[in-house]
Amino acid sequence: MTFLSQVLAILWKDIRCELRSKQTWTSMGLFALLVLVIFNFAFDLRVDNKAAIAPGAMWVAFVFASLLGLGRTIASEQEKGSMDRLMLCPVDRKAIYLAKLLGNMLFIGVVEVVALPIFAALFNVPFFTGELLPIVLLGTLGIATIGTLFSAIAAATQAREVLLPILVFPLIVPVVIGAVRATGTLMVPSINEPPWLGLMAAFDVIFLSVSMLMFEYVIEE
Amino acid sequence: MSAPYLEIKGLKKTYSLKPILRGIDFVLDQGECMALLGANGAGKTTLLRILAGLTKPGAGTVHIGGLDSVREAQQVCHLVGFVGHQPNLYDDLTVLENLLFFGRMYSVRQAHKQAVELLKRVGLTRHAGERVGTLSRGQLQRLSLARALLHSPQLLLLDEPDAGLDDEGIELLEELLREHTERVGTTLFTTHNFERAVKFSDRICMLGAGRVVYQQATNGLESGVIRQSYQEVLR
Amino acid sequence: MALVKREATVERRKAKVGTKQQEIRFPVVSVILGILSLIGMMVSIWMIFLYAPTDAIQGEPQRIFYFHVPMAWLGMLGFVIVAFAGIGYLVKKDERWDWAARASAELGAFFITLALITGSIWGKTIWGTWWTWDARLTTTLILWFIYIGYLMLRSYMGRTPASARAGAVLAIIGIIDLPIIYESVNWWRTLHPPAQVGVQDALPPSVVLTLMVSLTTFTLLYSFLMIQLYQLQRAQTLAQQLRSSIE
Repeated sequence: MTFLSQVLAILWKDIRCELRSKQTWTSMGLFALLVLVIFNFAFDLRVDNKAAIAPGAMWVAFVFASLLGLGRTIASEQEKGSMDRLMLCPVDRKAIYLAKLLGNMLFIGVVEVVALPIFAALFNVPFFTGELLPIVLLGTLGIATIGTLFSAIAAATQAREVLLPILVFPLIVPVVIGAVRATGTLMVPSINEPPWLGLMAAFDVIFLSVSMLMFEYVIEE
Repeated sequence: MSAPYLEIKGLKKTYSLKPILRGIDFVLDQGECMALLGANGAGKTTLLRILAGLTKPGAGTVHIGGLDSVREAQQVCHLVGFVGHQPNLYDDLTVLENLLFFGRMYSVRQAHKQAVELLKRVGLTRHAGERVGTLSRGQLQRLSLARALLHSPQLLLLDEPDAGLDDEGIELLEELLREHTERVGTTLFTTHNFERAVKFSDRICMLGAGRVVYQQATNGLESGVIRQSYQEVLR
Repeated sequence: MALVKREATVERRKAKVGTKQQEIRFPVVSVILGILSLIGMMVSIWMIFLYAPTDAIQGEPQRIFYFHVPMAWLGMLGFVIVAFAGIGYLVKKDERWDWAARASAELGAFFITLALITGSIWGKTIWGTWWTWDARLTTTLILWFIYIGYLMLRSYMGRTPASARAGAVLAIIGIIDLPIIYESVNWWRTLHPPAQVGVQDALPPSVVLTLMVSLTTFTLLYSFLMIQLYQLQRAQTLAQQLRSSIE
């Protein structure tokens, strides 16, 4: 079985399991919306400072919802704490990583698709689907590459819910900065803006490769 | 005399700095069926998990079908079928979907046909469309056996396969083991039931504190005779 | 019979531990490094407070610089060592690499904390605030979080090969990420008025000399402490081994 078909087989299995149990999506989606609403109250948004707060609020919501999802998807692969059923199979560990990564991106993506229009409505800011797409894509990929790797690490500990954000947040700082600034520039165009998309793309490429290589060290017993 | 199918040399394993296996050596020829006995904590499950490739040996070598289990791990996976303490199945998928998934993972040819036949063999055809999460313990065990046999492995590793099975299930297990041996497949299983160990296997082996302390061929011998020599060793 | 067997194993184990103790030699390297560090510290302190000139703009508080820079340097170096020791462990699978990684992590975390504190104090004297989000200080803070994450992870996972592997992966990802984090924060800062905690212009030779001496001294101190912590890790592993073999 080729590498790609292994990835797709695992991904399809994960999607089907999630569609049946519906645990991850619903909690993630609800969470993202709640964060956005709370932000609306927390920051008194008048017309002038909305553009400054809105991108940050949106990405904070996405990051927190992502962390929730990352924990859930790795937990659903574990049966009483071990990934035996997948590890028994003659499947390349890199393929498992890619499948989990794509699954995570899908889950976060669905939440983002739902949250964006609501976000636009709540904050009353226009959002340009065309130009926003690459930002959201690269940003989500950045969070997911690091997040998928570390969710496997944190899953092996007792304090996984606490440990995952502690490990992931510092490492995704470049992505968060880039995504927030790029989204902000979209709303309020500014000159001499550094190439944020380029930074995010470089980050994604580097950490996708490194994480894929490191994954087997993390899930082997 | 051909080379043994399963060859274990000097196998050691430590968990959390506690030595579990302290040097295991034995061989299994192709077509042999061996029962592994021993108290809880003697290392039976750890040994099986190493053979299944779920964990790596601390020291020593394992050769299955001439392949090194660590260096050629992926090829060895195809040769091994494992039934552990956990059912190793996906609760949210149906019985058939589970088998089809593992069929894809193991690149089983005509997976659907194989799966249906195996379900018939283990008596789960009626439940093919049910979610695995709804199955009983005995049904899970049967499905687990089906999953292990799906890719026609040469070496069957079964960790307490009789646990959770009713009398009918035990009969089925015995038949499956016999069929496997007839296909010149090798089997290694653990059990706490001495009678069953003697009845199902060609050889019994006992682990004590991480080492092999007793081995005895069972063919042609009465279980009473074996039990006597077994008690001698315990003393 | 079981009791006799147990006594025999205890005897055998005692003999093993006995031979290990005979292998410990006089710690020559440690003593030399310790003495050098001590001398170096005395020289450095003299140089920092008496030899180096007073800064024209910042005044006396500028002398924190001679402490802050070596501490930040050691914090960085410490993490590089953790990452390389991690790679060493993944390749060689020898737990001694992991002992070095854990030792360096503890030490590096300690120095990075000091760097943050001294940087903050220095910032207070120049800018009047305890914190400023300049690129260097922010990256130092993030490194601090990564260190803490590493120590927490190792603590939760215990002394197992899985723990060592997880730590190695974290350190490798961290060390690759660090320059990217620095650059991204730098870019972000270009949009805000720069409030650099650092030196911009050319430095007079006496300042450079003092800084070099201070750096060397702290590095010597670091090496000395590394050896001690490495031995401590070794002892802790041995202790756990003995404890679990008795249970």
